[in-house]
Amino acid sequence: MLRNETATIISIRAVSKLFGTFKALDEVSLNVREGERVVVCGPSGSGKSTLIRCVNRLEQHDVGEIVLDGVTLGNTRDSAKVIADTVGMVFQQFNLFPHLTVLDNITLGPVRSRGMSEADAKALAMHYLERVKIPEQAGKYPRNLSGGQQQRVAIARALCMEPRVMLFDEPTSALDPEMINEVLDVMAELAGSGMTMICVTHEMGFARRVADTMVFMDKGKIVETAPPDVFFTAPESARCQEFLQQILPH
Amino acid sequence: MALSWKSARWIAFLTLVPILSGCSDRWGWYVVNPTTPSGWTNLTFLMSGLWYTILLSVTAIAISVVLGLLIALPGLSKNPFLRAFNRIYVEVVRAPPILVLILWVYYGLPQAADIQISVFWAGVVALALSDSAFEAEIYRAGIQSIDKGQYEAAQTISLGYADTMRYVILPQAIRRILPAMGNQFVYMLKMSSLVSVIGMQELTRKANELVTAEYRPLEIYSILVLEYLVLILVVSALVRWLERRLTADEAR
Repeated sequence: MLRNETATIISIRAVSKLFGTFKALDEVSLNVREGERVVVCGPSGSGKSTLIRCVNRLEQHDVGEIVLDGVTLGNTRDSAKVIADTVGMVFQQFNLFPHLTVLDNITLGPVRSRGMSEADAKALAMHYLERVKIPEQAGKYPRNLSGGQQQRVAIARALCMEPRVMLFDEPTSALDPEMINEVLDVMAELAGSGMTMICVTHEMGFARRVADTMVFMDKGKIVETAPPDVFFTAPESARCQEFLQQILPH
Repeated sequence: MALSWKSARWIAFLTLVPILSGCSDRWGWYVVNPTTPSGWTNLTFLMSGLWYTILLSVTAIAISVVLGLLIALPGLSKNPFLRAFNRIYVEVVRAPPILVLILWVYYGLPQAADIQISVFWAGVVALALSDSAFEAEIYRAGIQSIDKGQYEAAQTISLGYADTMRYVILPQAIRRILPAMGNQFVYMLKMSSLVSVIGMQELTRKANELVTAEYRPLEIYSILVLEYLVLILVVSALVRWLERRLTADEAR
């Protein structure tokens, strides 16, 4: 389990984000320590995805402050650099590059943005493909893989940039049920290796297994933050109790 | 081959039959009869424009394909000034008919800019300029059709704008727009005939000159039609070959 003394790597301070007049995030604050596994859940439209997309500036927050590894995020060179050096992301829709092979999908980042040699990048890519347990698919194109395999390639692609924080945006929501576990297993293995993770997911079994902290969001606010044992047995807010009743198996 | 030899033969057959079957006394095929010395001379004279037609079209297309991309990219920017530049260029450049543009570049531009311009380069500039506006719109449509997630994925592996375009967006966009571009290639090849009006010695000009000398427009222009038909069948086959080549790896 998480050691309490580790340093804070992500600090989200009273962050708000508007889409037009819709308040996607409403003064959200959250601290994530190095090595911490945070699982974010909540009904759709509650701001979960927006929250993690603000951490790597796929969305730009309007109010408040996000500090990543000591650097305040904004339109600065330092901010772009700290995100590039620190954060990896996995999307609901995989977002693999369909015109590139699995191997080229994974080596593109290290070769183009890190200046790594093709050979080194390939060796590193194969290492991560082993880790997500599909090294034999290296030469194939994404369309020839199952959804679960594609998502594992996406995880390997993110890991190959050697991030310190991994963001998962509903990584199993687009998958057929029989493929969900192969992806969750890879994520659990990653969690076990000490990676700092923020996962937006509805997979409560996975959350119970790996999370250090559960975060429940509703209407752009963080309603509840608790360790999983408290969260699942004695949630404080009525809204959270209701949500858990709806999604947990009876 | 999508445009197989079988279908090419049929097209040639169906075109030749009505022409050759017209070998009545109205037609005077002697003028381009390859078995007589004068007919052969006329025929080679007609064909001698082929090289310039090809050179002119290929040069103009090569320039407009690059220029079109450079015009399209600012149109996709967040900066309103860059977007305005794209809009103004496209609207202004695609407005004048190609013939008017050719006349303007050949007769007007040298006076305005105090430069000398050859017939060939006037033709290339006019064709490339006009086509670049259309290519820009084709690129824009292609690039806009790529899913937003592709940009986001590129961003999360720290690719900059140039790398994202070069390695992620354009390879996918170009595959999608290839049929539209092929269309544009065919169109350009045809429009190159207009450069004959400023004296470019290409296929159409040669035919016009021969008609003036021989007074047999029917036969000579029929040959001209065939020459363009063959050229365009070749371009079509090349474009289809390119399409197959670019999509082959994805289908594996």
